[in-house]
Amino acid sequence: MTTNLTPDIELVGTNPGDPLAYLPDHVSFGRFERILRAGRFAVTTEIAPPDSADPDEVLRRAEIFDGAVDAINATDGSGANCHLSSMGVCAVLTRNGYSPIIQISCRDRNRIAIQGDVLGAAAMGVCNVLCLSGDDVSVGDHPDAKPVFDLDSITLIKTIRTMRDKAQFLSGRKLDAGPSLFIGSTINPFAPPFEHRIHQLAKKIDAGAEFIQTQYCFDIEILKTFMTRAVDMGLSERAFILIGTGPLASAGSAKWLRKNIPGVHIPQPIIDRLAGAEKPKLEGRKICIELMQQIKEIPGVKGIHLMAFKQEKYAKSIIQKSGVLAGRKPWEPSDFDFTRQVPTKIALEKAVKRKTK
Amino acid sequence: MYRVRLWAVKRSRFMESLYNRFNPVILTVMRGVTKVFGKSLDRPITVVEAGVKGFLFDCKMCGDCVLSSTGMSCPMNCPKTIRNGPCGGVRDNGHCEVKPEMRCVWVAAWDGASRMKGGDAIKEVQTFVDSSKQGSSSWLNIIREDANDN
Repeated sequence: MTTNLTPDIELVGTNPGDPLAYLPDHVSFGRFERILRAGRFAVTTEIAPPDSADPDEVLRRAEIFDGAVDAINATDGSGANCHLSSMGVCAVLTRNGYSPIIQISCRDRNRIAIQGDVLGAAAMGVCNVLCLSGDDVSVGDHPDAKPVFDLDSITLIKTIRTMRDKAQFLSGRKLDAGPSLFIGSTINPFAPPFEHRIHQLAKKIDAGAEFIQTQYCFDIEILKTFMTRAVDMGLSERAFILIGTGPLASAGSAKWLRKNIPGVHIPQPIIDRLAGAEKPKLEGRKICIELMQQIKEIPGVKGIHLMAFKQEKYAKSIIQKSGVLAGRKPWEPSDFDFTRQVPTKIALEKAVKRKTK
Repeated sequence: MYRVRLWAVKRSRFMESLYNRFNPVILTVMRGVTKVFGKSLDRPITVVEAGVKGFLFDCKMCGDCVLSSTGMSCPMNCPKTIRNGPCGGVRDNGHCEVKPEMRCVWVAAWDGASRMKGGDAIKEVQTFVDSSKQGSSSWLNIIREDANDN
């Protein structure tokens, strides 16, 4: 065991998978909520779920963020494409000490399945949940599938709040133990109807969202307008708002993203800058770092959600170079009681390596 | 009909005043009719409601009508049947991500609500849609629920 704990380690614990003690006014046992409630600037990212049943592949994709992020989103069939489930990813991650945010989309499951999964996730040690409507089946690799959409993101928030706060299902049937989840949702300030998006955010917070992660931000001016209104309406005090952003690989991929991913808005000057750069990939990362630094300065912003799709290996250096963590080092795997973990090769190798050090 | 439905949202203020004037009348008539005939006229009433609201709003007969809270734009026309929209995928021109040729139902809804006297109702969180009511008349559902509550 480490003996000389820094305040940060005291905040988040050292032994991954250890249930942390409840703190007053906290709703979960998780590190992510602790970081935000302690007033620290948080950084989250998302894991690209593998098309594989191999748990090592999940850990391989998670460990590139070690020591750089406070939580990792596990996407739920994003883009309506089929991958390893968010529940599966989260189960592997929590057993290895990571702090995942399980994404739940309303596209594939009705309220019976979702409520069961919410309990399942909490039982697996997941402390955070992100409620989404979900992309339509028509944009994915199974356009012939039946879309469900029994709930929408806001009624999903209400569902989980009901389960957690009242310890009951939507039917009113009692739960023996409610799920201790920190509940979040999304907002896209960069798509129409611009003037009403803020009310949509207010509705999500009214329904019970405690943190918010936004769609990709490439347009600081739109974000500033949005956040000014959020601060004026007191919304930034009622929920922790994390702004999404990410590195663009080239002008071509930026245009592709703008055209093909619903709700992604990329201003022309950014595309021109990428097109004019000698090394577009490097320029994309530079733009991302600049955006992160600008985003951090905007009043009401409590963190950044870095989506480094297909550039995950650069995520750590982007976060470090941006300096948004102000020298704080988020949790990373260290010595832990190995018997509690999923017996994967990577975890085993790591434990042996540390023991022999 | 798509065109009529866009027109109805554009005239949301007018549709609201129509709604406020006629809704109590319709409900009173329904109460009278069901008192006399019980459930025997449910089918024709449902057909009439489907015809009228189908023509004006592209009504999908969810049986759980929230038109007056959604700017006179029926949320069941959203491909994701979102009751608290819009989603994050709205295109730059305000059209639907799933059906690019269609104006986003919820862009229309917020637009319609901004012209209505009681438009702020759109800011209230809509609760869970009751799927067991699909295909039934919301007029009849409203009066029967009221009767049960009393």
